[in-house]
Amino acid sequence: MAMLEVKDLQVYYGMIQAIKGISFEVNAGEIIALIGANGAGKTTILHTVTGLIAPKAGSILFEGKEITKIPAHKIVSLGMAHVPEGRRVFAQLSVYQNLKMGAYTRKDKDEVEKTLETVYRRFPRLKERQNQIAGTLSGGEQQMLAMGRALMSKPKIVLMDEPSMGLSPILVNEIFDIIHSLNEAGTTVLLVEQNAKKALAIANRAYVLETGKIVKSGDAHVLMDDESIKKAYLGE
Amino acid sequence: MSLLSYLINGISLGSVYAIIALGYTMVYGIAKMLNFAHGDVIMVGGYAALTMMLSLNANPLIAVLVAIVVCTVLGITIEAIAYRPLRQAASPLAVLITAIGVSYLLQNIVLLIFGSSPKSFQSVVLVPDLKLAEGALMISGETIVTIISCIVIMIALTTFINKTKAGQAMLAVSEDKGAAQLMGINVNGTIALTFAIGSGLAAIAGVLLCSSYPSLSPYTGSMPGIKAFVAAVFGGIGSIPGAMIGGILLGIIEILGKAYISAQLADAIVFAVLIVVLLVKPTGLLGKKIQEKV
Repeated sequence: MAMLEVKDLQVYYGMIQAIKGISFEVNAGEIIALIGANGAGKTTILHTVTGLIAPKAGSILFEGKEITKIPAHKIVSLGMAHVPEGRRVFAQLSVYQNLKMGAYTRKDKDEVEKTLETVYRRFPRLKERQNQIAGTLSGGEQQMLAMGRALMSKPKIVLMDEPSMGLSPILVNEIFDIIHSLNEAGTTVLLVEQNAKKALAIANRAYVLETGKIVKSGDAHVLMDDESIKKAYLGE
Repeated sequence: MSLLSYLINGISLGSVYAIIALGYTMVYGIAKMLNFAHGDVIMVGGYAALTMMLSLNANPLIAVLVAIVVCTVLGITIEAIAYRPLRQAASPLAVLITAIGVSYLLQNIVLLIFGSSPKSFQSVVLVPDLKLAEGALMISGETIVTIISCIVIMIALTTFINKTKAGQAMLAVSEDKGAAQLMGINVNGTIALTFAIGSGLAAIAGVLLCSSYPSLSPYTGSMPGIKAFVAAVFGGIGSIPGAMIGGILLGIIEILGKAYISAQLADAIVFAVLIVVLLVKPTGLLGKKIQEKV
């Protein structure tokens, strides 16, 4: 059984159909990449999965359980965390407060402290800056904070939306290394990226989106060698 | 000595404005709407307390508690019925106009039940007046209780927001509703809680205001409501310490204006000060604009 299964999803913005019947699945332990150009519907899919947008049709199953109608604020405690596009850290709160916000639904105080320690070990820079106001962090640090905040809920799966957006090449590499090592530590990842090259390099499988439809899917390494993908997304 | 006494009266009146302004500023910060019915909730609080004391002969403290409960329930109800369905509305003006409608609705319901003639309010304050400097300076019990209430509310509210989970949830919702939901925060619940707190505070403000200025009519809430709104903008709307400082300064300006310039012009002076502050510092005294890196 897949950890996350999306079946024939259809999403509308008013009269406009943004997602035109999409199905995909994420198995436990995988990194799955959704790649595609701007406006293909990648972010919409993630927002629908975590309940921020209601779909018109289709179903979303998490660990076999229907979550399509579950409100957004009840999703995270099921074990699904979402690192939104543009980081969306709480700019006026401190790094520490942001991280604590990630553990909002958790009641086990001692365990939360332990998770905080692991997050600080993974992102030492966040520890150095724990009392700094999040809005004053650099873009890369904010991305790390957004990821750390998501990890505070101890998720089984993390949905990441354009984690490399607006970062310098060195930072992009760093962020992808972190995603890779998170996955090796046992977290399943659903990754949405415009940087198809980087995404395919760390993903197990990938789905290629074009204007609300999946046009190609398969093993990430196979897709990387696909001529049409090379031309359209890898700039070769 | 008279200056000192004016100052104390100003702080007292300002404390009432500050307590009302807290409701305005919290609701604005979290729901991003101006709740123009907030002033009328004060008036409902006054009527609730007065009814308890006159008809049921209740102890003033119990009357205040009942007023708080009535206003809290009223605030939650208004939000759920009138504002929540409009939260996704295309224009933010829709909810603003609804708030003005709710304001008239509350005034007219009270008008139907209690009539239009002003009722004389019975002070809920049992603290005796304080005479200082051999009677040259007198501070009324109402003044003392009002100022102390304001300080206690400020401390309690700040502690609540900084130390409790619900308070942190409010901060998160005020910054980014979507991200707050992703953290597992129930946004509708948090907004309802904000209305509940703001309206409960409005009840306290109403009772204190009517104890100092003991005349209660269905329109009693409008002017203090507008002044408190000015205070919230003056201090920087969305900022809790801003509402406090804005309210107290406004009270002082109003009383000193009445005493030394002109009683008729006092309100005009208050609004003129607002215009000047906004021209010099458009975000208000404590309004913040953090430079964000992208």
